[in-house]
Amino acid sequence: MIPDLGKYAVEVLTAYGVSIALLVLIVGLSVQRSRKVRAQLADVEARRDAAR
Amino acid sequence: MSIWEYANPKKFIATTTPLVPWLLGVSIALLVGGLIWGFFFTPDDFRQGSTVKIFYLHVPSALMAINVWFMMLITSLVWLVRRHHVSALAARAAAPIGIIMTVMALITGAIWGQPMWGTWWAWDPRLTSFLILFLFYLGYMALWEAIEDPDTAADLTSVLCIVGSVFAVLSRYAVNFWNQGLHQPASLSLDKEENVADVFWYPALVCIAGFVLLFVALVLMRTATEIRVRRIKALEARMRS
Repeated sequence: MIPDLGKYAVEVLTAYGVSIALLVLIVGLSVQRSRKVRAQLADVEARRDAAR
Repeated sequence: MSIWEYANPKKFIATTTPLVPWLLGVSIALLVGGLIWGFFFTPDDFRQGSTVKIFYLHVPSALMAINVWFMMLITSLVWLVRRHHVSALAARAAAPIGIIMTVMALITGAIWGQPMWGTWWAWDPRLTSFLILFLFYLGYMALWEAIEDPDTAADLTSVLCIVGSVFAVLSRYAVNFWNQGLHQPASLSLDKEENVADVFWYPALVCIAGFVLLFVALVLMRTATEIRVRRIKALEARMRS
């Protein structure tokens, strides 16, 4: 399945592994923070509405 | 209709929120497609062997690292001139994406450099200016966190962004300015003569498109998040008073 990478297999696979991990990290953190902040905003708006 | 309408935070969120899942989906499809194409279906380079496959990650991430800073420069200038908060928050939202791209370019470059140049690192003009760009990203993010008043933070980070743009330019053109060092000139150019062979170029183009769209999706999502954070602070302050 994996093409024959010859003597540079470690370098190529490491580069792909690190890069994909970094991309997953930034997407994951962005989505997680977006969800958390949306929930916080909904909570604050609900408290404001209840206080009115 | 004017672009400045989107400086209204509500309008910005209403317009961009439905776009983000689509942009994210298309960008991931392009990235997966481009990387599979490059990794599995392109030949090895006659000199660099299989390390040429690092090209599909290194070049797009390096391109993004520099261009994200330019996007931040434009939005910072818009903030300084027109005082649109969304603009300053977009710059803030872009910085973590930019630093990830810079780290990716530095790491993949080091991994590629070791077998090709015989060293992980050299104080070459392009590599050094890229490292300084990374430090500017760090400083930019730290400055946002360090200053409590958001408008003052936006002012100071905008100035830092303008100063850092010198290194963003150097990261791109250092090889041309100083004809020395290990790093080769640009691999991708509008000049067809200078470009890499088409067999490497087409999958690289798909990967670049994927990186660009991923950045657009993430920056829109993160800007909306920053707007919401500011709204939370404003509401809490109002409720306290």
